Amino acid sequence: MPAKGVVVSTRVSESTVEPTTGQWTTVEIVVTASLAVAFGVVFWAWNLLWTATGGAFAGLPPVQGLMYGVWLAPGVLAGLVVQRKGAAFFAAFLAAALSAVFGSQWGLVALVYGAVQGVAPEFVFALRGYRRPGVVVALLAALATGVGSLGLDLVLYYPTWSSEWKWLYTATLLTSAVVVAGLGSWLLARALRATGVLDALPASLPASLPGSVSASRNE
Amino acid sequence: MSTPIALPRELGQSAYARANPLARLAPAAALGLLNVFTLDPVTPLLTLLVVACAVPFMGLSWQSVARVSWPLAAAAVTLVFVNTLADPAPGIGWEDARAGGVTAVRLLAIALPGVLALATIDPVDLTDALVQQLRVPARFGYGALAASRLFPLLTEDWRSQGMAARARGVSARGVVGRVRNLFRRVLLLLVAALRRATRLAVALDARGFAQADRSRSRPSAWTASDAAWCIGGLLAALAVVAVSVLSGYWRLIWTP
Amino acid sequence: MTTPAVVLDGFGYRPANARRWAVRDIDLSIAHGETLLLLGASGSGKSTILRAIAGLLDAGGEVAGSVEVHRAPPGAAPRPTGLLMQDPDAGLVLSRAGEEVAFGPQNAGLPQDQIDRRVDEALAAVGFPYGREHPVAALSGGERQRLALAGALAMRPDVLLLDEPTSMLDPRGAHLIRDAVERAVSRTGCTVVIVEHNTDIWRDLVDRVVVLGADGVVADGTLSEVSASPAARDTWLVDAVRPSTASHHIGERLLVANHVAYRYKGQQQLALRDVDVDLRAASALAIVGDNGSGKSTLTRVLGGLAQPTCGSVSATPALINGGRLGAEPHRWRATALAGRIGSVFQNPEHSFLTDTVRDELAVGPRALGHSDSKVHAVVDELLTRLRLDEMADQNPFTLSGGEQRRLSVGAAIATAPRVLVLDEPTFGQDPSTWHELAEMVLGLRGQGAAIAVATHDRRFVDAVADQHLHLTSERE
Repeated sequence: MPAKGVVVSTRVSESTVEPTTGQWTTVEIVVTASLAVAFGVVFWAWNLLWTATGGAFAGLPPVQGLMYGVWLAPGVLAGLVVQRKGAAFFAAFLAAALSAVFGSQWGLVALVYGAVQGVAPEFVFALRGYRRPGVVVALLAALATGVGSLGLDLVLYYPTWSSEWKWLYTATLLTSAVVVAGLGSWLLARALRATGVLDALPASLPASLPGSVSASRNE
Repeated sequence: MSTPIALPRELGQSAYARANPLARLAPAAALGLLNVFTLDPVTPLLTLLVVACAVPFMGLSWQSVARVSWPLAAAAVTLVFVNTLADPAPGIGWEDARAGGVTAVRLLAIALPGVLALATIDPVDLTDALVQQLRVPARFGYGALAASRLFPLLTEDWRSQGMAARARGVSARGVVGRVRNLFRRVLLLLVAALRRATRLAVALDARGFAQADRSRSRPSAWTASDAAWCIGGLLAALAVVAVSVLSGYWRLIWTP
Repeated sequence: MTTPAVVLDGFGYRPANARRWAVRDIDLSIAHGETLLLLGASGSGKSTILRAIAGLLDAGGEVAGSVEVHRAPPGAAPRPTGLLMQDPDAGLVLSRAGEEVAFGPQNAGLPQDQIDRRVDEALAAVGFPYGREHPVAALSGGERQRLALAGALAMRPDVLLLDEPTSMLDPRGAHLIRDAVERAVSRTGCTVVIVEHNTDIWRDLVDRVVVLGADGVVADGTLSEVSASPAARDTWLVDAVRPSTASHHIGERLLVANHVAYRYKGQQQLALRDVDVDLRAASALAIVGDNGSGKSTLTRVLGGLAQPTCGSVSATPALINGGRLGAEPHRWRATALAGRIGSVFQNPEHSFLTDTVRDELAVGPRALGHSDSKVHAVVDELLTRLRLDEMADQNPFTLSGGEQRRLSVGAAIATAPRVLVLDEPTFGQDPSTWHELAEMVLGLRGQGAAIAVATHDRRFVDAVADQHLHLTSERE
């Protein structure tokens, strides 16, 4: 779509800057990593809240699962934004590693969680071939991430809970995963696209777009 | 709170400080993971004993141990509290307090070894080791390292974004208002992060980062003493298991 | 005649997803060893040109014409180009100075002895005062920027590209960078292209000045030739600063700070110590001082956004104006604050709370509970005054830097606060936005507002301020 009135010289050495398809570009790597870092900051704030609200949930600890979705967001969001094989894993694992490095109460176990929270959404994005994930893919990816984390939690941290509590925890955690990490990430990805910050990413380039704002293309 | 808690300088030249970062993490991982799979009170207590004995050898002062591990201790205390009160049965029973105590000690034993080991490691050294020993692709390793430098800057961004909302007369009211505010805060933070990320990517590419052909001016060595640290960590973990089994308390998570 | 180092021939670039060309029809030839200053309004495509020469345009964009560096496409030039960007924090990766400088040569896969030689050479070239083992975290902004320059020089670039290298630095840091560039040029004889709004600092160093307009190059020559050309003056109003009106009546006292000190949580040192401020109606206070002297912190304390660690900030009854409020602004409800003290942040993007320019201006008035018709009236008036009516329905994040700055000021004054606190408002702005900001501040002052502005910008201080506060940092 050549703009009107532009004299394109005859000595055109390159008509477009080639979007690389095979290898990750530097901007993709750094953008994915900084999504993880930004969530590291959110986690740091959330961590304080999680510990502080522990007392409030003392009557019925499984209900704290409602706050869980935030931990699951980085992988889902990275998969929606960067649309590359491995993006979800890279972001989720790095976010977990950072929360271990910057001091959390989970220690190296955070890495195990990071791996699970990265592999689970990766699997869902792969089903669609990493192409244009929409809201359904986002919800499924978040659900998968939630299931993975739930399994770890029940085995590692709450093995002594009664089965009623385990079911309650399952319900709250998965609801939170779908709503916060799924719908929330999808809304965030859409809002991010509308700001134009993603324009530097080759993977987010749609085939043709009328104008600079590519919002609401996320069907 | 916004800075990494790495204390590499304090370590000086102890044998532990000179070891490869991966060799420093290995014993911590062995001890921490061991406790993930156990439910008895003896294993975590023994683990904490081993960690306490290791602290002088790691070159850490007790002061920095306290500084690094206080969030962990806070979480443990909360756990005791939650478990003690959580039992639907009326009253505060000894059984509940005991269960809470076990859970708290277990949480400490899972996390503390890793938290302390990580506190001694410089992120650059860790990245070098990951790239050279574990064959993590260099561009991902150093890209992640470069991005993690944004952490303190983004923490500052997060704060000033909160102030900016207040200056405009916006305060969260009710659940819907709070959720919407939080969403907006996260969005603002992500925009700031991605703006910084795209500039960082240009700066990296301007220095030839796109080519993966890196030479190593900081060779990350793997020596016999590194292997010794790994084996030592494994032996310590096995010793903990042995004592715990002999004590008769040993219990794995899948035993009913 | 020797072959030119860089040739742009009818060059144009349209980013992916963008309707407009970021830059087009650029014909420019830069001689080997030349030091060129590239000027132009923001949005004229200066940074795009630098990135094109460096071979670092974003993937997916459309390119017209050609760019050649030593007769080769930029990415494939026989010797690399070096790029230094405005934010010293944008590109530093490693923990120690020597490692940081070695990053580029390492990426190029050089052997160790060559890397060592280049690191020493580059650190010496920029006059880096510390050793290789010096921690990066302990450097000041100006020192960090010098280290980043050393990192670029270690690539042994043939063409050195500087994208607003001093705009984030205090005057002292800016001069350090200028001297470092001068030393590097004299040692290596490389070609240099500088993009910067502040021309004064580079005055003695540049051989040639090129001014970009909306349709390519509008002036080209020595600094004095270009300054005299009428075409250039339209885009580059550097001397057209109106000094502040000589005498006017300073009004009543509105906000008073007494012996204020501030320490950030978890920090040992005070960010701000023992500061007194007396803000009066119809006056403008300039808060000046080096990076790290606490200027931003003071704007937050005065803005009622942070509680001083010691001392007090109190609003006078004239500012409280009937509201049942205490004297300390940081204890006020957000709505009470917004109606009385407005704050404009250094980065406009930190304050955008909605998805359109129109809604953004309406946030404050709505929070204050004004009627719809009143909100509309305020917003419409501001849109016209700030020349933002054409982008009223655009997403604030997609605006240009100058438009974002105008919007952030507009959003802060939409609630008609009597006190307005600004943190580095002219930072990174081109001369025309700069001029508008000066006019706006003078206008508000004329209407009786009390202004406090933290800035490095000497010329802005001279243009708008009638009171000065100089902060000094701990380090001195």
